[in-house]
Amino acid sequence: MLAKRIIPCLDVRDGRVVKGVNFKDLRDIDDPVALGKFYNASGADELVFYDIIASAEGRPLFADILRRTAREIFIPLTVGGSINSLDDFDRVLKSGADKVSVNSGAVRDPSLIDAGAEKYGSQCVVLSMDVKRVGTGFHIFVKGGRVDTEIDALKWAVEGEKRGAGELVVNSMDTDGVRGGFDIELLGEICSRVSIPVIASGGAGKREDFLELFRTTDCQAGLAAGIFHSREVEIGPLKRYLAENGVNMRV
Amino acid sequence: MIGIVDYGCGNLMSVANSLEFLGFDCFVSSDADKLSAAGGLILPGVGAFPAAMEMLEASGLVGCVKGFTRPLLGICLGMQLLFSVGEEVRECAGLGLVPGRVRLIDTELKLPHIGWNSLSLRGASPLFRGVPDGSFVYFVHSFAGAAENPADVAAVTDYGTEVLASVSRGNVHGCQFHPEKSGDTGLKILKNFAELCV
Repeated sequence: MLAKRIIPCLDVRDGRVVKGVNFKDLRDIDDPVALGKFYNASGADELVFYDIIASAEGRPLFADILRRTAREIFIPLTVGGSINSLDDFDRVLKSGADKVSVNSGAVRDPSLIDAGAEKYGSQCVVLSMDVKRVGTGFHIFVKGGRVDTEIDALKWAVEGEKRGAGELVVNSMDTDGVRGGFDIELLGEICSRVSIPVIASGGAGKREDFLELFRTTDCQAGLAAGIFHSREVEIGPLKRYLAENGVNMRV
Repeated sequence: MIGIVDYGCGNLMSVANSLEFLGFDCFVSSDADKLSAAGGLILPGVGAFPAAMEMLEASGLVGCVKGFTRPLLGICLGMQLLFSVGEEVRECAGLGLVPGRVRLIDTELKLPHIGWNSLSLRGASPLFRGVPDGSFVYFVHSFAGAAENPADVAAVTDYGTEVLASVSRGNVHGCQFHPEKSGDTGLKILKNFAELCV
């Protein structure tokens, strides 16, 4: 049976990993390639690299990181951050990405999902969404969570699947950074509406949060950044803990 | 030297990266003469079956791949093309190197079948020498081959139904999963293949 996935996310700015990285035994602790190698050796099932600024100056640095990563790490690599056109897909795929994550670019122009899926296949297109509760509903936010688009997140998830996204990353802004657990309610609502794999993001603080995620929702994967970088949760022991508790893991 | 068949279809770079990482020489080419002279061939592939066959034909490489007598490895859609017939989009002839058809996976579970799944090894394919039964590899597909001859089946996986994961028939091998994205297990499988080509 298919294993549930544990995915560390590396936010990269100007060639370095941002967010408190706490790897004292890694010589170059904020080098994305070194950190990626460490996670690969720890049993990460996939890596997500997020290009934070994607400025003109940062782009060659970021492309170089992808190329170096793809030469040394042989697990799926998803890349996101400022993906606004098919040229952006092409750029990161040629540098070594296997999947491309679209977010606000797809909100601005939803046909980007269709175009990416048609040219590269649905397996290549990941729709990432930042979601926050507003009143009784869930809205899509953009610009790093500053702008409420007033788009209904549950409808957007369904539309994303229809347009050809192969996976969804659902990041709950309500639980992100709180470390009190994933947003089970939101994730359950989305999983019940789509048939593509849903990757949960935002809120993991301890290993029990991942167990709750996989026991109570159909999410295929749990994604986190800070808790892995800080080593509050380590991927190898986390996967063994989940496997011991009946979750099918690649261990 | 291993030739990676470039017919405009598939992520050639990660296959080349993994062989280089393992210390094997390889080259990416669409030149039939060069590929025919290689010690082994890898046929990658991403996308839909008929489009890939058309591109392989347009590249003038069908004869080169079909007539290749040293080890050949099809990966993902490249494995599916080894079969006699594909049913994706429309019925379409494949390379016919492995008797059988490529059909939509008949499962209650979500398609595409995407993620890490475990292998049940069958027979004694040289691809899986030293690979423990139950090892996880990375799949991304909705269609899968059905081999007519059970002896051609090298590995299967369980996705609500039995799904063909690998074939070996003489010099012809196929991996439905992506060995170049399957961590240490995948590297071991590629190393086994590359050693057949030396």
